[in-house]
Amino acid sequence: MTAKIALSDVHKSFGTKDVLCGVNLEVEKGQSVVVIGGSGSGKSVMLKSILGLLTPDSGSIKIDGRETVRLARGGRADIDHQIGMLFQNGALFDSLPVWKNVAFCAIQNDGMGEADARDLAVDALKQVELGAELLDLSPASLSGGMHKRVGLARAIASKPEIIFFDEPTTGLDPIMTDVINHLIRDCVQELGATTMTITHDMTSVRAIADKTALLYKGEIIWQGTTDALEASDDPFLNQFINGLPHGPIEVEGQQLDAAPNAEAD
Amino acid sequence: MATIGAFFLAFSAQAGRLSVFVGQTLASILRPPIYFHIIGQQIIRIGYFSLPVVALTSFFTGGALAIQIYYGGNQFNSEAIVSSIVALGITRELGPVLGGLMVAGRVSAAIAAEIGTMRVTEQIDALTTLSTDPHKYLVAPRVIAATLCMPVLALVADIIGIFGGFVVGTQSFGFNAAIYVQRTINFLTIDDVTSGLIKAAVFGFIIAIMGCYNGYYSKGGAQGVGRATTNAVVSASILILAANYLMTSLLFSS
Repeated sequence: MTAKIALSDVHKSFGTKDVLCGVNLEVEKGQSVVVIGGSGSGKSVMLKSILGLLTPDSGSIKIDGRETVRLARGGRADIDHQIGMLFQNGALFDSLPVWKNVAFCAIQNDGMGEADARDLAVDALKQVELGAELLDLSPASLSGGMHKRVGLARAIASKPEIIFFDEPTTGLDPIMTDVINHLIRDCVQELGATTMTITHDMTSVRAIADKTALLYKGEIIWQGTTDALEASDDPFLNQFINGLPHGPIEVEGQQLDAAPNAEAD
Repeated sequence: MATIGAFFLAFSAQAGRLSVFVGQTLASILRPPIYFHIIGQQIIRIGYFSLPVVALTSFFTGGALAIQIYYGGNQFNSEAIVSSIVALGITRELGPVLGGLMVAGRVSAAIAAEIGTMRVTEQIDALTTLSTDPHKYLVAPRVIAATLCMPVLALVADIIGIFGGFVVGTQSFGFNAAIYVQRTINFLTIDDVTSGLIKAAVFGFIIAIMGCYNGYYSKGGAQGVGRATTNAVVSASILILAANYLMTSLLFSS
């Protein structure tokens, strides 16, 4: 069966800095994959490469079996139509009220009228447990948690087949983190979407992941199910999920104690 | 030597990137869809809200020009000279150029700050993932609006600048109002006015392009947006003056 998203030997450098050094990852249809890794490990660059916001230096990124690397923006319009994205800080458009943010894709691409767009926004906001009273508010007047939820509503409003989440719980309190994790899980199950989340929040990993991949120094050095994650004795994974300051992962100038274990559990 | 080489390379890279940006913008202006409602919003923001700044600038410039010509020229035959030189100076040069520089300060900075903030807060990436071309949605409407608005603003600057000279001439130097107006009308040709309006349209294009370009490629958070804003105003102002020289050479050399 063709993977929904398939990355093969993806490389990306900025100047002399190698950020992605041969990433290999497959996401099956309907699967929720979480990519974990420390700051600067290349998670965001990998995500932006899949979204077509960055062009890899080499390698292949296929969505539904179709190569997307170096595909012109116009050529990937039909791919973009099936993708939803929740940005780290929501990335809501300041100049537009909440309802226009949520229904943006339908208004711009499908020419949806105001009444229908407001109805669409109400439905999407309801899915993330927000009320219609927010419709005419400016994004600047929303709290951090609401910002994330409106961003999630925008991501799911067009009922995409693939949804990406960029650190969806960063900067939120534990209660709101739990709310967002459950909303992601519920929305994804309702839509039957394939998802990829990048985070370093282990609570999110345990709440939403079918499969987890650890990115370190631009390579996927471990991948497996959530059960395998807990049972694994991989030293890199253990250090990361337990938040240990000492171990093979370099932290603030510390050196490696062991070579990367590239085997998947 | 290495510094000069590095500077030249950086300058070439910037010029190349700007050329590609202008090309992408022109292509996005010509290709549908065209966001008419955003163009309308930008015409209000760029054109309508710049009217007070342009009007005040041109009024005082026209007045100051009249004083300079009166005291600098032959005071016994000044009534004919002041009216004609004020009209010529304002319509051909000062109206479009000073109007352009004032709008560059106001609009180019605002565009760079807005688009720069959208860049650093990932709103431009969000547009792309929502299947919307940022060039078509953000850049093209601003460029179209500024290019359409600047000739209108220059025409307003022409009228108010000439009026400024008229006020100073009639109130301070005791010129006859009817003769002043008649001499202005008799002296001015349609080419004097249209050359200024053509210049203004080019200045409008420069103002919007430099604001969008610097904002679009801003990076590094708030400091980066501040730098983009400054660069937008400085580069737009320099390009306006350079373009003015080139167009004056072309339009008036024959």
